Amino acid sequence: MSGISRRIANRCLAAAGFLAGAAQANTSNGYNLPVGVTDLSVDIHHIHMQGFWWCVAIAVVVFGAMIFSLLKFRKSQGAVPDTTMVHSTKAEIIWTVIPVIILVIMAVPAAATLIKIEDTRNSELSIRVTGYQWKWQYQYMDAAEGVGYFSTLSDDSNEARQLNSGIDPQSVPNYLQSVDKPLVIPSGTKVRLLLTSQDVIHAWWVPDFGMKRDAIPGFVNEMWIRVAAGKEGFYRGQCAELCGRDHGFMPIVVEVKTPDDFKQWVGAQKADAKQAAFDSALHAQTAQVITR
Amino acid sequence: MAHASAEHAHDDHPDQPATGIKRWLFTTNHKDIGTMYLVFSLIMFFIGGAMAMVIRAELFKPGLQLVDPLFYNSMTTNHALVMIFGAVMPAFVGLANWMVPLQIGAPDMALPRMNNFSFWILPFAFTLMILTFFVPGGAAAGGWTLYPPLSIQGGDSFPMVIFAIHMMGISSIMGAINVIVTIVNMRAPGMTLLKMPLFCWTWLITAYLLIAVMPVLAGSVTMLLTDHFFKTSFFNAAGGGDPVMFQHIFWFFGHPEVYIMILPAFGIVSEILPTFSRKPLFGYDSMVYATASIAFLSFIVWAHHMFTVGMPLAAQLFFMLSTMLIAVPTGVKVFNWTATMWRGSLSFEPPMLFAIAFLFLFTIGGFSGVMLAFVPADFQYQDTYFVVAHFHYVLVPGAVFAIMAAVYYWLPKWTGHMYNMTLANWHFWLSTIFVNVLFFPQHFLGLAGMPRRIPDYAVQFADWNMVSSIGAFGFGLSQILFAIVVIQCARGGKKATAQVWDANPRGLEWTLPSPAPYHSFQSVPEVK
Repeated sequence: MSGISRRIANRCLAAAGFLAGAAQANTSNGYNLPVGVTDLSVDIHHIHMQGFWWCVAIAVVVFGAMIFSLLKFRKSQGAVPDTTMVHSTKAEIIWTVIPVIILVIMAVPAAATLIKIEDTRNSELSIRVTGYQWKWQYQYMDAAEGVGYFSTLSDDSNEARQLNSGIDPQSVPNYLQSVDKPLVIPSGTKVRLLLTSQDVIHAWWVPDFGMKRDAIPGFVNEMWIRVAAGKEGFYRGQCAELCGRDHGFMPIVVEVKTPDDFKQWVGAQKADAKQAAFDSALHAQTAQVITR
Repeated sequence: MAHASAEHAHDDHPDQPATGIKRWLFTTNHKDIGTMYLVFSLIMFFIGGAMAMVIRAELFKPGLQLVDPLFYNSMTTNHALVMIFGAVMPAFVGLANWMVPLQIGAPDMALPRMNNFSFWILPFAFTLMILTFFVPGGAAAGGWTLYPPLSIQGGDSFPMVIFAIHMMGISSIMGAINVIVTIVNMRAPGMTLLKMPLFCWTWLITAYLLIAVMPVLAGSVTMLLTDHFFKTSFFNAAGGGDPVMFQHIFWFFGHPEVYIMILPAFGIVSEILPTFSRKPLFGYDSMVYATASIAFLSFIVWAHHMFTVGMPLAAQLFFMLSTMLIAVPTGVKVFNWTATMWRGSLSFEPPMLFAIAFLFLFTIGGFSGVMLAFVPADFQYQDTYFVVAHFHYVLVPGAVFAIMAAVYYWLPKWTGHMYNMTLANWHFWLSTIFVNVLFFPQHFLGLAGMPRRIPDYAVQFADWNMVSSIGAFGFGLSQILFAIVVIQCARGGKKATAQVWDANPRGLEWTLPSPAPYHSFQSVPEVK
């Protein structure tokens, strides 16, 4: 229990640091949006922080005025009400116009980023992402055409997450955020995801990529990501739209490789696929021979 | 014949309430009906609260300890339905029943029999909904938003929930018609619209919102029903329909619904702050116009609930800008309330404490609301605990605190007794502290990447979830104090004066003795 309370105390200190303007990290620090590793996630984080600081500034003024009133104008300290103060057109115009100006200042970068987000042209690699209850299917197109597989919650997490499994989640590496086969993408490349679903609505979300989009049955949604070169590694997220009983158990893991490593990986996948096709054909032939 | 006509007269205008169960079953008296609405709402508040306790207990630490994931989903779904349609909305209708006639100087509501009917639908609607926990397939577990195709996967609970929603809708529409007819026709002579108390104003506008959008909800859930049972394809892509169309129709109801749950709260706070600041409300006219503007805007912002479905760029920009506009009239209200306290003479009775907490905490919910309006950032926030924190800040220390403020403000007028101030103060401080322990860490959880509606989570979310659960248990237990204060006060206590508060509150309700007589304003009051 002392460990837990120490951790909570640390988090509180860290949160206080955040409010005071703390350093930024590449994955979430536990209380704020991650800056992330794509062009878009960096822009989105900027919009988020800008909005946050405007809110803080407004809060200082408004809460300041409220707290001042609560301290200064107390009946118990003999405050006499100024009952003539019931209306002021000037004040009301000021506090209508100033918020409008602040909103315009905030809206411009948000609109610019949105336009960038929606521009899915000139992608270098497309991947079909299909949601199922409760797993993801990835099918590569373009240069990696033919590579495809399902990605499901890893066995150790799946065992630990059963009701009263007796397994401590803290002992499972990346509990609920690890899969059997991660999505693999190259860094420094504009990757376009084509999202759809085979049953109900899901949503594909990796916080470090800054974006989330719904996978809707019968429709295809688009989003793009370009992970900055040098940011290779594993990134984790999960389904973000309620999709039934095991909604909490369909994680997303993306392994970002350098373009060269990615090419090699694609080659290996294709060879594996060929081998698997050969094996199954051989198996079928053998079976035929045996039955004959 | 003489006997019959005497009987008839007796039926129509009893000076005293009937006795026993008949008083409550057949009553057409606005005070009895208001009381029933409020008691019903309190019961639902505890039922919905119990579901929230199950949710927070399961989330206390990572791993599944208590419930199956499907049951967990039915807890979140029914918690929302019970709290929205069972606790918050009936509480506001109950307050309208009690206070609208008293505030405008009318003897009763305009349509008393419909009033009785609109209340008595509710216990049946909610009995039907709670019964779904005992049918094959369990209670509805697709979220209160009932998004297809998931909601259509529901078992026997699916049509039952839809019929329950239809009944709640009929009840709400009848309640709304009653409020509009009463306010438009039964104001005392001299009470022009712009002299009306703000609680009546906000309720008048709310009632129009209800009439406009409850049929839309009914239509959307009926289409779900026909998709499931009659092979229509409104929302089925395989048959040429569109699952996203449901979301558009649902949120065209859903966003005004959000304001249905907050506008009467604005009215309540606009009554209480001036009283205990001993100073008239600042900018009365702009308060009325701001309320009307918010109501208008509520019809053109719905798609901000569903930015991630993939809309055309122009639509996203439109909904972002219209959503941001809401901050302007809402800001006007917050500034006006602050200006009302400015240079006042403040005292801190329980209703004032709750109103002040509303002012601070609702504004925090407003801030996260502005942040959620930015579409790019919303792509991160959508469907995370950041959204959960946002709407709980506007609904719990927003709407629910306003309802409690209203009860503490008018309870002596209803019962004729003062309540236990010490206990009420305890209730306030415990609620305010725990509500923040409960919901503030959820901002952090959402930003750190925790989606909503999950029964179990990755271990990096463990700490804040534990803090949030502790807050939830504290908040839940504190509400027992509220029930104790109310029950004690109904049973007896120090006699309340007609004015109740030594702050000399304005308004016609304070010209009547406490408790208000069974028939208010037998003679027409004079409004200067």
